[in-house]
Formats: sequence, C-alpha cells, structure tokens
Amino acid sequence: MMSVRPAVIDVTDLTVAYREQPVLWDIDFTVPSGVLLAIVGPNGAGKTTLIKAILGLVKPAAGNVLIAGKSYREQRRLVGYVPQRGSVDWDFPTSVLDVVMMGRYGALGWIKRPGKAERKLAREALEKVGMHDFAGRQISQLSGGQQQRVFLARALVQDAEIYFMDEPFQGVDATTERAIVALLRDLRERGKTVVVVHHDLSTVIDYFNWVTLLNVRRIAHGPVAEAFTPHNLALAYGGHVAFVPQLSQQGAA
Amino acid sequence: MLEELLGLRTSQIEVIGLGVLVAVTCALVGVFLVLRRMAMMGDAISHTVFFGIIAAFLIVRDIDSPWLVVGATAVGVLTVWLVEVLTRTRRVKEDAAIGLVFPFLFSLGVIMVSMFASNAHIDTHVVLLGEPALAPFDRMELFGVDLPHATWVMGAILLINLLCIGLFYKEIKLATFDAGLSVTLGFSAGLIHYGLMTLVSLTAVGAFDAVGAILVIALLVGPPVTAYLLTDRLITMIGLSMVIGAISAVSGYFVARALDSTISGSMALMVGVWFALVFLAAPERGVLAVLRRRERQKWEFAQQVLAVHLLNHPAGELEERHIDHMYRHLRWAPHFAQSVLQRAQRRGLVVPVDEYLELTPRGQQLARQLLTHMGQG
Repeated sequence: MMSVRPAVIDVTDLTVAYREQPVLWDIDFTVPSGVLLAIVGPNGAGKTTLIKAILGLVKPAAGNVLIAGKSYREQRRLVGYVPQRGSVDWDFPTSVLDVVMMGRYGALGWIKRPGKAERKLAREALEKVGMHDFAGRQISQLSGGQQQRVFLARALVQDAEIYFMDEPFQGVDATTERAIVALLRDLRERGKTVVVVHHDLSTVIDYFNWVTLLNVRRIAHGPVAEAFTPHNLALAYGGHVAFVPQLSQQGAA
Repeated sequence: MLEELLGLRTSQIEVIGLGVLVAVTCALVGVFLVLRRMAMMGDAISHTVFFGIIAAFLIVRDIDSPWLVVGATAVGVLTVWLVEVLTRTRRVKEDAAIGLVFPFLFSLGVIMVSMFASNAHIDTHVVLLGEPALAPFDRMELFGVDLPHATWVMGAILLINLLCIGLFYKEIKLATFDAGLSVTLGFSAGLIHYGLMTLVSLTAVGAFDAVGAILVIALLVGPPVTAYLLTDRLITMIGLSMVIGAISAVSGYFVARALDSTISGSMALMVGVWFALVFLAAPERGVLAVLRRRERQKWEFAQQVLAVHLLNHPAGELEERHIDHMYRHLRWAPHFAQSVLQRAQRRGLVVPVDEYLELTPRGQQLARQLLTHMGQG
C-alpha cells in the first residue's frame, strides 16, 4: 500500500564528510508522501547532518537528493524547515509575530515586504500552536517550549508540503509536547510529509508511522512496524539500548 | 542664524555636521555588526582599510581618486574573508584570527607609507586619531553647494547604506537572526553577509578619512550597544542608535572645545559616557532599574513567605503566629521581620489581633494562589 505512493524525498548514495571523516556513509532512503517519519540514532549518528544535507545547508561529498523528483533549489517552496531552537540568538530584538512572518519571506521573494496578509497568516499559525496571546511579545521573554512553538508556527506559515524538524521535542514542557503531537497529526491528515529528528525512543511508536534508524550508515528504514525492531535498535545503538519497543509481544518481557 | 544663536563659526558647524553625519552612518551599519557579534571585525576593518587606501594610492598616484575608496573597501572585505578562511581551518579561533589579520594588513599599510609615500600628506598619527577640524579646508562644490569634501563623501555613503539596508531590510534581518532558514528559503546568507561587510568597509573608509580609525570603531559599536539597552525592536534600535551616535558627536565637539582637546577623541569618549549613563539608568535593563526591581521582589517575596506561613499554621497554633516571635520562626533578623510585617499590614494581607497575626481574606487568597501555582510549577 505504501509503495504505490510517490516518493517525495529521494536520497541516493549520500555521503557527507567533515575533513575526510564521514558523518554519513552512502545513505539511500526514499520517503513516500504523507508519512510522519522519525529519524533516530545515537549522538553523532548524523541525524541533523542528514536533514541539513537534504536542505542544501551542508555540501555532500557524494550522492544526490531529490525533492518530489527535482533538486532542492527548484523545490524549496515545497519545503518547511524547523531548525534546532538553540541555533538562533533569542535575544535578537524582534517580536514573536515578526519571527513567524519570516516563514513567508520565501514566498515573498527579494525586496518585497511582508504586509497585512502575512500578518494574518502568522496570527493564524500562532493560534494553531496556542501562542496567540504572545504575538507582540519580545522573543527573549519566551520559555524553551514557547520558543519551539514559535518556530513551528513559522514553519506552518510556509504552507509547505514537506516539513523537516530538528529535535522539536528537545527540552520542551508537557504542554508544548502535546501541541507538537497534535500539530504532527494535523499535518498528516492534510497529507503533508513530516521528517523529524527525534531523540526519545519511547514515543516513536505513538507519534510516528515511519522510522529511520541511523548511525552514520542507514541501519533500517521503513514503516515503524517493520523497521523499529529490537534487532535493528541493537544494531543502531551498538547493543547499549535500554529501550525495547513494545511492538511484537514476543520481543518484550 | 544658527551661527549667531550658538556663537559658532560656519567652519565649526561644518565640523559638527560632519561628526553627526559620520556617527549616523556608522551607527546604521553598526547595529548589524553588533547583532552578528562582529564588533571586533568592525575594529579590524576600520584599520585595514588604511592598507587599502595606501595600496590604491601607490597604483593610481592620486590622493583624491575614487579608486582609493574602491581599493580600501575591497581590502575591508578581504579582511573579513581572510579571518573566515583562517577560522575555518579550525586551527585558529575567530578572535585570534582577527588579532592576526588586522595588525598584519594595518602594519603593511604603515610600512608602505614610510617607504613609498612619505612625501604624500598621509600622517599615521592623523590616520588613527583623525582630525575633523581640518575637514573644512578641503572643499568641494556640487549642485551649487559648497561643503567640505568629507561631508560630500560621507553623505553619499550614508545614502548608499540607507538605500541598501532599506531595500534588503527583510533579508538582512532574516539572515542575521537565522542564517539557516535564510538559506533554505533561497536568500543566500553568504551574499547578504558579504554585502553587509562591503557596506561596513565603505563606511569605514569614508569615516576613517574624516575622523580616524579610533572614532570609527567607537561609533560602529557604541551607539548600537547603547540602543540595545533601550529597546527590543530592530527598527527602533536602528533609529535610537543613529540618534545616540549624533548626540555623542555633538556633545563630543563641545567637550573638545571646553577642554581644548582632540575632537575625534572627545567624540569617542562621549560614546562611552552615553553608554555608561544608559547602562546605569535605562528604564528596564539599566543597573538601577534592576536593583530597584530586585529590592521590590525581596519585600514582595518575604510577604509571600509570611502569608504562606500563616496559612499553614491556622488558628490553633498560636505560638507560630505570635507577632514578637515571628522572626524566630522564619529565621529572619528582627528588624527585617518587623519591616515585613508592617508592609504586609499596609497592603492589607495581615491584621494584628491581640498579640497574634491573622491573615485577611486577601492574604488568604494570595497564599492559596501561591501554593497552587507551586504545585503546577
């Protein structure tokens, strides 16, 4: 059933190296449209590097990436990106609404300024992540979870088909975690594809329907039921994994 | 008219005007230097452009040629590039790379002056400290207006900066806040970065010629940092930064006159003085405001502790509520405890009943609220 859906992300033979030290070795993976995919793996497995390479933020040493059949440059309007929260300076002198509107800049193109329409979209997106009351706030006054929701709202206004999120659950409060999960479901219902770099193995089965196990090489990739097995986890984490997925009853206990 | 009002000569007004013009131009690009944590790069550029001016002069042999500006701007951008190349090797950290590149290029300029251009009127002392008072002697007439040459140059640079930053405000803001998103949306962060550095270099060249390197770095960094203490909106920060730069220039001129001292030096000094004043007295982020807030919070918190204590020890436990023993239970100094009790009474949180303290309904409400909030936190 999955295989008939067209691939929206097609990565072939992707190798990324920092000074001859491969961070990603010959990765092949295909993501069908409409899935919620978690990329998991130990620290230093290359999870963030993988999405950065797909988005053209890191130059690969070899290999190719296609987004809906074309290069990223041609398809950037289809893609929304939620970087790690810590990647920006939250003391930057700007408001929540302003940050969210940045998601529209790509559609606006060079020089053209955001206006009423953009402000409206930004307010709607803030409402979706439960941050409507914070629109006028200075961003330095936000908690970690609120910052994360602002970043999600910013990706939402991009109105993309494919979303890449880098550790959105990292260090957030329960309210934000619930908001993100609801948002992921909503995106999936609207047929969007979402790729999430994820850390918490215990929630993979609840939150996602596809998974990629990564440790420099691709260990496993596919629907959670097939790929997220104790065997594959042991391969990815070198046997040090404390977590056993409760998928197959015989595997547990 | 202005001359009579202030008792100033035209040339003096021209010097002040030039100072203000330089200050405003520097403050505008300086905001982005500060936000990009590149203040020291501004320092480097404002010195290495000297090498660019000399190198270009030795090629074209004309001290008034516009090629000098082009050459110097290019060297400013080269400075940024060299520092980045060195940093990228991961053998040298960025601050150290600046410490290497900047003196290297600057001393190359100094040596070239002493070897090949000692007869041209380029004085390394003036280069560093600048002498705006000399500006009115080098004049230029354009569109029938006769102004100092440096004023025309600086005015043109300000116009270029305003135009570029005005047009690409959205892109510069995005690339400064989140370079990653900027790239994925199709706005090359590298292009914007080097564009900005070109503006900084161009500004440094013009300002350097007019007022010297020390004042350039003071004006690039000081006013934006001062403005940053006063606002949390980028556009306001830019506006305030320009105003603070202008105020520093004007006040610096009068300080120089009063002390009969260097104009550039006094303007740079006033940048520091205005920063110190704002640092102390800024309404929210100033030292005094922070101290005042902390003092208020101290009393506020003590009253909350008192209210919660009384709520936790209701009617039966009289000893816990005895006014004269309160300080012992809470382990407070007696006079502090007394002061807290007075404040809490004045706010209507507690009332004395005989020798004991009672929570008012308002005090009870506060204490309950505090306890439920703690449960959630």
